[in-house]
Amino acid sequence: MLRVEAVKKSFDGFLAVNEADLVVEKGEIIAVIGPNGAGKTTLFNLITGQLKPDTGRIIFKDEDIASVPPYEICKKGISRSFQIVNIFHRLTVFENVQVAMLSHQKKTFNLFSPAKGQVIRETWEILDNVGLSDKASKISGSLSHGDQKVLEMAIALGNRPELLILDEPTAGMSPEETSVTIEMIKRLTTDLGLTILFCEHDMELVFSIAHKIMVMQQGRSIIQAKPDQVRDNREVQEAYLGGSA
Amino acid sequence: MFRRIGNWKSFWPLLAFFIILLILPPIIPRFYTYLLASILVTGLLAMSLNMVLGHGMIFQFHHGVFYGVGAYAVALIVTKTSLPAWVGFAAGPIAAAVVGLLIGWFCVRLTRLYFGMLQISLGSLLYVIVFRWYDFTGGDDGIYGIPMPSILSSSKSSYYFILIIVVICLVVMYLIFKSPFGTTLLAIRDNPQRCEAVGVNVRRHQLAAIVVATFFAGIAGVLFIVLENFVHPDLLFWVLSLEIFIMCLLGGWFTFAGPMLGAAIMVALRTFVGIYTEYWTLILGVILILLIFFLPEGVVGFFIEKFRGRGTTDMQEEK
Repeated sequence: MLRVEAVKKSFDGFLAVNEADLVVEKGEIIAVIGPNGAGKTTLFNLITGQLKPDTGRIIFKDEDIASVPPYEICKKGISRSFQIVNIFHRLTVFENVQVAMLSHQKKTFNLFSPAKGQVIRETWEILDNVGLSDKASKISGSLSHGDQKVLEMAIALGNRPELLILDEPTAGMSPEETSVTIEMIKRLTTDLGLTILFCEHDMELVFSIAHKIMVMQQGRSIIQAKPDQVRDNREVQEAYLGGSA
Repeated sequence: MFRRIGNWKSFWPLLAFFIILLILPPIIPRFYTYLLASILVTGLLAMSLNMVLGHGMIFQFHHGVFYGVGAYAVALIVTKTSLPAWVGFAAGPIAAAVVGLLIGWFCVRLTRLYFGMLQISLGSLLYVIVFRWYDFTGGDDGIYGIPMPSILSSSKSSYYFILIIVVICLVVMYLIFKSPFGTTLLAIRDNPQRCEAVGVNVRRHQLAAIVVATFFAGIAGVLFIVLENFVHPDLLFWVLSLEIFIMCLLGGWFTFAGPMLGAAIMVALRTFVGIYTEYWTLILGVILILLIFFLPEGVVGFFIEKFRGRGTTDMQEEK
């Protein structure tokens, strides 16, 4: 479904992503792990078009999307959440998801019919799914951090993606919130048939839900394999797990 | 926020207010009728600016230009051609929207402050052309004594015409505000990056918003002619743009109707302070300073926050 081939990206001479490779097949849950500054977020930004790669190819459903703008990539079926909460903080929770849904259904240029009557059922469905229905009318900027992270994901779901990219979905969450979120991600993949690509520091989460794990270090992809193979890999242990895992 | 004004609770006070505006002219002195009309026209202009400024966070620094273009379109059609004035009335907003599209097309390539700077430059260019082109626009003399249709000849009839057009415009603007397009614009205001990530072509939406807003500014320009029967290059001068910018901030730029209140305060102040001093701009400066320090969300924004008790930290942080 998605193939990243030898992608490079540098900022002012600093090589943030260096010859990274990644393969995501339909229906898989793929985790990207690596120490801070390994280039995980940059890699995601390259895939979703926020950044353009210097060299290399990014193939999504047989099409090179390496220099396609973010809004076009989103329409092709890739949707993402952000590591740092990135929501519409003056809108209500409901409107946050509604905007994504309006965009998905190409209704954002509709000038005269009230937004009140648009994509209501679909938006409630998503809010129900992630457990934010009871907070739907709250201004999203006033939510707790954990709820905002969940809303992040809900907005991404509003585009009905085929491939959902989650950048540290549980960062900053309490242990309880984290376990709820893990359950939710598992449920979403089976219920909605989503393909998920995510990065995460929480190893419990990574090893409990990922089908395959890709390890990054200093912008390079070291290995992409099943969790137990990654766990046993000597290079990974030295580079990332400090030899103790 | 005022954006949840759409319930019946706020409908009746608005209707009462409208009826008051309808019955006032025969009761009050002619000067006050003129003042009310002036507030309505300026308020419409400020609200059209706020469509892009407060609801889209597009730094439309030189919105007055489109007001001027709308007014000049009427003035030129009425005085230079034999077409009826109504044709001019229709041409005003269209001309403003076309100029809005042209200037906007260049400006949306830039963001925020740079957008504003480029717009001031392009707008000032237009001002200079109007100011200097004596043969066509009358230059800095402007065009005086523009004949209006006989039905609009009395001050009362022009007041009622202005009132009705402004109310129609406000209703349409409100519908747009509450439409999916309006919601998307608010989302772009809050977070353009995230908007792109959910599949919204931000620039195209911003350009559409600019065209709509400049169209309404053009209508305000037409109404200016109906009220004053003259046109002057000052309508395109940046000082006016700054004044309507302040009206938005003063009334509450995150609210729907705030700029109308801002316009009312500013026009009334300018009129009454102007009697005593010629240093109106000095007073303007003081208002701006007080506003920034004490009412960052404007008068309407302040009262809404006061009564709803909602946290305002996000907005204040941004400033």
